[in-house]
Amino acid sequence: MTRIAVFLKGISCGSMGPMSYAIETHDLVRIFGDNRAVDGVDLRVPSGGVYGVLGPNGAGKTTTIRMLATLLKPTSGTALVLGHDVVAEAGVVRSKVAMTGQFASLDEDLTGTENLVMLARLYGFSWGQARQRSAELLDAFDLTDAADRQVKKYSGGMRRRIDIAGSIVVRPDLMFLDEPTTGLDPRSRNQVWDIVRALVSAGTTVLLTTQYLDEADQLADRIAVIDRGRVIAEGTSGELKASVGSGALHVRVADAAQRDEAVRVLESTLGTEAVREGDPCAISMRVEDPVGVPAALARLRDHGVATTEFSLGQPSLDEVFLALTGEAVHEEVNA
Amino acid sequence: MTVDAGTRMDTKVAAALGSGARPAAATPLSSSLTFGWRALLKIKHVPEQLFDVTMFPIMFTLMFTYIFGGAIAGSPKEYLPYLAPGILVQTVVMITMYTAMTINNDIEKGVFDRIRSLPVWRPSLLVGSLLGDTLRYTMASSIIIVLTLVMGYRPAGGVVGVVSAIALLLVFCFSLSWIWTLLGFKLRTPNAVMGVSMMVLFPLTFLSNVFVAPETMPDVLESIVKVNPVTILVDAARSLMDGDPDGGAITTVLIMSAVLVAVFGPLTMRVFANRT
Repeated sequence: MTRIAVFLKGISCGSMGPMSYAIETHDLVRIFGDNRAVDGVDLRVPSGGVYGVLGPNGAGKTTTIRMLATLLKPTSGTALVLGHDVVAEAGVVRSKVAMTGQFASLDEDLTGTENLVMLARLYGFSWGQARQRSAELLDAFDLTDAADRQVKKYSGGMRRRIDIAGSIVVRPDLMFLDEPTTGLDPRSRNQVWDIVRALVSAGTTVLLTTQYLDEADQLADRIAVIDRGRVIAEGTSGELKASVGSGALHVRVADAAQRDEAVRVLESTLGTEAVREGDPCAISMRVEDPVGVPAALARLRDHGVATTEFSLGQPSLDEVFLALTGEAVHEEVNA
Repeated sequence: MTVDAGTRMDTKVAAALGSGARPAAATPLSSSLTFGWRALLKIKHVPEQLFDVTMFPIMFTLMFTYIFGGAIAGSPKEYLPYLAPGILVQTVVMITMYTAMTINNDIEKGVFDRIRSLPVWRPSLLVGSLLGDTLRYTMASSIIIVLTLVMGYRPAGGVVGVVSAIALLLVFCFSLSWIWTLLGFKLRTPNAVMGVSMMVLFPLTFLSNVFVAPETMPDVLESIVKVNPVTILVDAARSLMDGDPDGGAITTVLIMSAVLVAVFGPLTMRVFANRT
């Protein structure tokens, strides 16, 4: 794990100039009681594009963002956002960033229009300008029909859209999106992804937290994987995946009695450990190099093992975690 | 919605972003007014909170006047001049706790963090909420006054006496609301706020001279009731509405108000600024 992290960090340091970072943190720590929620995070987020922060619940993603957005003071360490210190120059940072997510929300009792007008007023628009800006944003986010409905009556997807609309009343230089698609249906999720791409094309840097590798993969130019308050790997999506093998191979044999034989053949051909799934016919395993997979399947056939299904997929977040953290694997061994 | 909604949204959002030019920052006055506007909108959208403000005082006034009035003062009509100022004070003091509820709700729902992440003069949130409070207090006071007038109450102090009693009451309640603001920041959930405020407000308003004269109570209770700030406030309000202002009680109320602001104002602002 350390080898991978060092390797990936080496890449990120070498290829970027020091002035191009939107966010730069050094040994950022936040302690709640005796819980080290964020335990020495070093991040370097380049300007422009999407930076993904990937991790399970409780990994410290939200706490990190809250510190970067000046809502929470770090216990120790430093963080520069757009070149300004989040503690000493909190006011400047606040005027340049916007955020939306589970922790920074609109007023559910007010309507969509009222929320946007209020935010526009607080940014300094006149009443007339605020109403005009609100109408513009509602139209852009396909919410005109819901303009006069209370936000608490919005669906999940509409809710996420109005939250984001509220964050771009004035165009932020940097936007924090905390788990923007958690709990959304695929269609709403795609809309949010489109919006994120639109933000980036308009020149806003987006820092996005997510629990889904797929989402980070689709959107993020670079990804930091966080676990227990620490960055355990950093790099492009391709680099991360390469670090845990190219993917996961899933095989189902026709006859459960042949599974042990299949495991033996696959392990000897591919050189990684196979996992016997709960389903008595199913096998899954990490694959270092997908090129070897056809040969392995051919050998199964040669040994007279009939397969009903096989698939080679992206590693899931679980698999990335198993590969990156010794601890998670350890737990599973004990269980 | 059409099938290509996503793509369409993409371009429209990009266009909306392009026109998001930044105006000059809002002045403290303008942001305070905006938060005041929000407080009024919340009253409009959540009329339930007006239910407490209007229905309970009406029920209390009717119940106490007609059920206990005869027993306490000989007849409901004779009891009314004693009860009216008392119930006015009790009603408005009780609803000061909404200050804590509002702030606590904002924190829990994440609205507070959204607002804190904006480049605005932060105390404007508190100043703005005072506007909503003023409306609530004034509405509740008007309802009690109108109701008691209908029931036959004729305050000897006239319009001047009643208005100055309400003004004094508002001064005290604004000062008291600093405690609620602090509690709103410190307590974890709106339910906790509700629990704590009931624990404080019920004894505070019932162990007072709102309903009966302290002289009728056992000695120990009487001495407690007499030092209760609510008793002093009721004395002052009663004297104004009776047209015979009690300078001592009024001065004491003003001093108590000043002390509340001096102690809890800075304390609350510190918690507000450093809330992490």
